[in-house]
Amino acid sequence: MSMRTLPLLFLNLGGEMLYILDQRLRAQNIPVDKARKVLNDIISTMFSRKFMEELFKPQELYSKKALRTVYDRLAHASIMRLNQASMDKLYDLMTMAFKYQVLLCPRPKDVLLVTFNHLDAIKGFIQDSPTILHQVDETFRQLTETYGGLSAGEFQLIRQTLLIFFQDLHIRVSIFLKERVQSSNGRFVLPVSGPVPWGTEVPGVIRMFNKKGEEIRKIEFKHGGNYVAALREGSFELHGDRVLKLGTNMYSVNRPVETHMSGASKNLASRTQESIAPNPLAKEELNFLARLMGGMEIKKPSGPEPGFRLNLFTTDEEEEQAALTRPEELSYEVINIQATQDQRRNEELARIMGEFEITEQPRSSASKGDDLLAMMDGL
Amino acid sequence: MFRRERSIPLRGSAAALCNNLSVLQLPARNLTHFGVVHGPSAQLLSAAPEGVSLAQRQLHAKEGAGVSPPLITQVHWCVLPFRVLLVLTSHRGIQVRTPSCLTPQSCHGALVLAAGTWSGQVLVFDIPAKGPNIVLSEELAGHQTPVTDIATESAQGQDCVVDMVTADDSGLLCVWRSGPEFTLLTCIPGFGVPCPSVQLWQGIIAAGYGNGQIRLYEATTGTLHVQINAHARAICALDLAPEMGKLLSAAEDTFVHIWKLSRSPESGYIEVEHCHGECVFDTQVCGARFCDPSGNSFAVTGYDLAEILRFSSV
Repeated sequence: MSMRTLPLLFLNLGGEMLYILDQRLRAQNIPVDKARKVLNDIISTMFSRKFMEELFKPQELYSKKALRTVYDRLAHASIMRLNQASMDKLYDLMTMAFKYQVLLCPRPKDVLLVTFNHLDAIKGFIQDSPTILHQVDETFRQLTETYGGLSAGEFQLIRQTLLIFFQDLHIRVSIFLKERVQSSNGRFVLPVSGPVPWGTEVPGVIRMFNKKGEEIRKIEFKHGGNYVAALREGSFELHGDRVLKLGTNMYSVNRPVETHMSGASKNLASRTQESIAPNPLAKEELNFLARLMGGMEIKKPSGPEPGFRLNLFTTDEEEEQAALTRPEELSYEVINIQATQDQRRNEELARIMGEFEITEQPRSSASKGDDLLAMMDGL
Repeated sequence: MFRRERSIPLRGSAAALCNNLSVLQLPARNLTHFGVVHGPSAQLLSAAPEGVSLAQRQLHAKEGAGVSPPLITQVHWCVLPFRVLLVLTSHRGIQVRTPSCLTPQSCHGALVLAAGTWSGQVLVFDIPAKGPNIVLSEELAGHQTPVTDIATESAQGQDCVVDMVTADDSGLLCVWRSGPEFTLLTCIPGFGVPCPSVQLWQGIIAAGYGNGQIRLYEATTGTLHVQINAHARAICALDLAPEMGKLLSAAEDTFVHIWKLSRSPESGYIEVEHCHGECVFDTQVCGARFCDPSGNSFAVTGYDLAEILRFSSV
């Protein structure tokens, strides 16, 4: 499959994560300056030069579990904390959203426009930080350099690689069910109307030619859909009208819909268990994680900055309940680094992960942090 | 008119690959064999006429110890005059297996198996009438981008001579003729989209493209005779029912269409007629095949779908 898929996967999932976190920060009435700090910290970590360098190296995609570990670290790049249940839900929402976007892309190349939509919105979150803005623009340039010259066939391969990554994921998401974008069995609705992709003609016409290439006959046939011609192509420039709406923020202020997740699909027959990783695979994944996270420059919390916990659910009780009732096959256990016998690699990864250890707030200084938390829960 | 028949459940869903369904018709035994790629495994199953699943097996591309299993890119039943082979392709190579359940019918002599590669080469293997000694006999250069599909047909009125069409990711088609070696007869350039699927019938090349178009060309000259705006998304599979000249096209737009190919009695020009369209709701189709040589029934696979959908005409 394509070795150029990871940057697109990572950036789009990251974009969805930021949309969801932004919505939850507003819903939980986190003070604006704290919310802004969280988003700035995460975005600045995501787009750090060293991390992007690792990301853009040609490489295979690893499992959903491996990738989740990276987002776990990213989500904790600031003063915000997420419990396991909230992190699980966040990852579910991110993956289902991007799966939807890939599936509905009119042309395989449009996944690049989806990525640009995410980047455009990310720039909106960090308008007052020129340094981070520059980092994002730099990533934009790198995307154009990597993907700008790819053929339609190479984009089709990228699309197939992404779809294989998302295969068998059928988590039902409230916002999708409400918008009738997902049906109750977890499958996405694929519309058969609307504009055709740029470069495709509206189906329904047969043209016949003689050996000189002159059209001798034109017949129409009933193709069953209700398509119209494409209006215009989206822009691939740094700034421009992308035309495509996929990848824009579904959770924007105007539509305060809940992000709670309906029960997981009961149809387990269609869900294949991710194989218990045999040793060699775990090793490859650990190498990947070590490299990628080695490139993450996470700022250590400086000073007595009080952290806070974000909840992806409406109440703490709901979050606890979700943790208890999460189906086994949907659990994302953190990769057990003791699984490998490669001591050196093990130590290397342990060292990197150790650098990112989140220091628990000691009880004595909990007062301010706890008060803040208590206030938030009460609202 | 077609109606939905009973679906055949699969142990794993179909992967989002093109041409992701292979069908082996065995009318003498009242059996149909299906092959679908799931990811790192391919699923093989046999079914009785009513769609009752009789046996299912999962195959992995064999690998050395300590290496993660590769993703399979295609599973294909190859019917040769004297034996049936099952071919599995992955990024690590090609594996050819003789299904233990199918014994050779008769022996005529060696024939060839052609496989397309990532680099654009078409590898031609000599297949002996019996036994496992498959030998690489030729490497055909004609494509610069990954080969996506291959179609063959006995050359008109000539025994032991085969016409072959190969297609690639850039949309280029190459037409070859077998002989002591394969010769390139003509090339049909692409136009910026991949050609994932190609068929050959009575000197007519039917090619399905990434922009939803089907184009019909005269194989000997490479001249374009028909252009069909058939689908609103990339075509993922084409199949032929040779007895009636029926063409099946399936695409990511959820539609499957059936066409009838013919030649005008006066001019000899290729003509086509639309016969039927079927919408497979909310399913990105990834494989479609006729289940009989007249085109009265067909089967469909879709991305994320853990069943083979079947349709037959009423």
